[in-house]
Amino acid sequence: AGPVESKNEAAMSELVPESRQKPVVPMKPTGINANLLGYIGIDTIIEQMRKKTMKTGFDFNIMVVGQSGLGKSTLVNTLFKSQVSRKSSGWNREEKIPKTVEIKAIGHVIEEGGVKMKLTVIDTPGFGDQINNENCWEPIEKYINEQYEKFLKEEVNIARKKRIPDTRVHCCLYFISPTGHSLRPLDLEFMKHLSKVVNIIPVIAKADTMTLEEKTEFKQRVRKELEVNGIEFYPQKEFDEDLEDKTENDKIRQESMPFAVVGSDKEYQVNGKRVLGRKTPWGIIEVENLTHCEFALLRDFVIRTHLQDLKEVTHNIHYETYRAKRLNDNGGLPPMTVETEENHESNL
Amino acid sequence: YTQLLFSCQFSDSAGYVGFANLPNQVHRKSVKKGFEFTLMVVGESGLGKSTLINSLFLTDLYPERYIPGAAEKIERTVQIEASTVEIEERGVKLRLTVVDTPGYGDAINSQDCFKTIIQYIDNQFERYLHDESGLNRRHIIDNRVHCCFYFISPFGHGLKPLDVEFMKALHGKVNIVPVIAKADTLTLKERERLKRRVLDEISEHGIRIYQLPDADSDEDEEFKEQTRVLKASFTPNFIPFAVIGSNQLIEVKGKKIRGRLYPWGVVEVENPEHNDFLKLRTMLVTHMQDLQEVTQDLHYENFRSERLKRTGK
Repeated sequence: AGPVESKNEAAMSELVPESRQKPVVPMKPTGINANLLGYIGIDTIIEQMRKKTMKTGFDFNIMVVGQSGLGKSTLVNTLFKSQVSRKSSGWNREEKIPKTVEIKAIGHVIEEGGVKMKLTVIDTPGFGDQINNENCWEPIEKYINEQYEKFLKEEVNIARKKRIPDTRVHCCLYFISPTGHSLRPLDLEFMKHLSKVVNIIPVIAKADTMTLEEKTEFKQRVRKELEVNGIEFYPQKEFDEDLEDKTENDKIRQESMPFAVVGSDKEYQVNGKRVLGRKTPWGIIEVENLTHCEFALLRDFVIRTHLQDLKEVTHNIHYETYRAKRLNDNGGLPPMTVETEENHESNL
Repeated sequence: YTQLLFSCQFSDSAGYVGFANLPNQVHRKSVKKGFEFTLMVVGESGLGKSTLINSLFLTDLYPERYIPGAAEKIERTVQIEASTVEIEERGVKLRLTVVDTPGYGDAINSQDCFKTIIQYIDNQFERYLHDESGLNRRHIIDNRVHCCFYFISPFGHGLKPLDVEFMKALHGKVNIVPVIAKADTLTLKERERLKRRVLDEISEHGIRIYQLPDADSDEDEEFKEQTRVLKASFTPNFIPFAVIGSNQLIEVKGKKIRGRLYPWGVVEVENPEHNDFLKLRTMLVTHMQDLQEVTQDLHYENFRSERLKRTGK
């Protein structure tokens, strides 16, 4: 088991994934201890679900993709406030840039407010670092599909596990280099191919390299390029469930994303407070200060508001697409599983 | 003869001929003729090359700049674009040519991206060789590349495979000066670490970058001191130069200085505590002559002997 954290944050309740069920018949507003005629108690199901989730905990698998040195590991560590990703921080002599893309998955259990999250960070060292990067996204696409296949095999098993271990990638953070110009050809190619199989959240890395003006211009440019090239990043327009979703997500899609972020695991004293930041001769960059960078927006988005949705879209859309294709290829039949008890990797 | 006597400092003592004044004559003729210098700039797009060049020479070499989008870059190959600007300072004229290499390192497959660059450098050598061997040698124009600023990404952990391959292929053809632009992306510690990594990797791969010459004994003290400081810079502390470029003026403590304004502070281009911009500029300016000489005596001669051996002349 990895690092365990207990915090009494006011936001702890927000970590519990909210149910997306909306009541069919609007309930009459009631007090908690109402014994009034007409109160059934159906709304207590939310509390039941919350208790259940707290007991079972949940899986979250996040993949990071981008050239080496863009701060991927630091960002993930900052997101989850713990050393969940081993920093490459300069390759050691023995650890050169891999010649092909490698997939490295590391799991940790983090706890907050009584809720346990089994977080798996999937790193992709070697992506985009070679002289010839043709098709370097293929190992990544392969890995993602392999997780769908694993889940599918488990699903079609006769004697199924009560809770299928979920290794599917729920979220893929794609790191864009802050050149200030435009996307690079490799960025386009990757996102074109992978946005069809996984939720991609593009982020602009090391955003402390740009002034406010440069940042705004660059974000606009990137958004336009993504649109012109038909790349649907998460939250995808076609999966907005209702008007409420659409309004909220439109704002995120058209104004906030891609999030321009800065990561850090070092603390400094600023105005009497300890803050995460980067210290330079000309000032301290505060990671969680919204006037400095958009890290807090990314964190809230991925963890505090859209965590459950990321999982649902992965399950209901991406996985189903994969499943349908597999069944079709197989002539409508589920894939054969010979073994009744597969040796699943322990996720801890 | 009388001219020499007139301008020399020494009295007309016995044994004094007067050719000690020759350097002054050379100097005067050069000033009249003006200097030519060609600087090549190589690096992935978005590393701050153009901004740095504009900052170094206080000019705008790229007034109508068009930045292509990613989709366009997919099809693009490496281009060579040369812009020439005449700079005059205290009566000294410099005809500076900046050779840009847009498209370098942008493609998904960058395997051939320095072929075009090598070809360009060789072509200039070829032309010079041809002119030198010709009948009329009065007006040979020297378009050979005297110096190449190679830009290393500040976002990486050190040299990329492409950086290594490029420098290995070009260190025998041109003076390479490695530069890290957009250095304000790094904290001081990160900067030191990156410089050390780059230097280690350069030595590991046997890459020969441009070395400052030792100051000759008869140079004046100021020049010697400058060189000494610069040579110290060429130790693991300063090479590669970590620089920041900007042509925006920002007001700091009542003065207008060139810099970049962030919510957390102002980065000053000409502040030696912020970056190595001044060192780079000093190096370039005080060593233009030497860069030209090394190009002539080493890189060009190598090319020439290879060429002549091949054609069996």
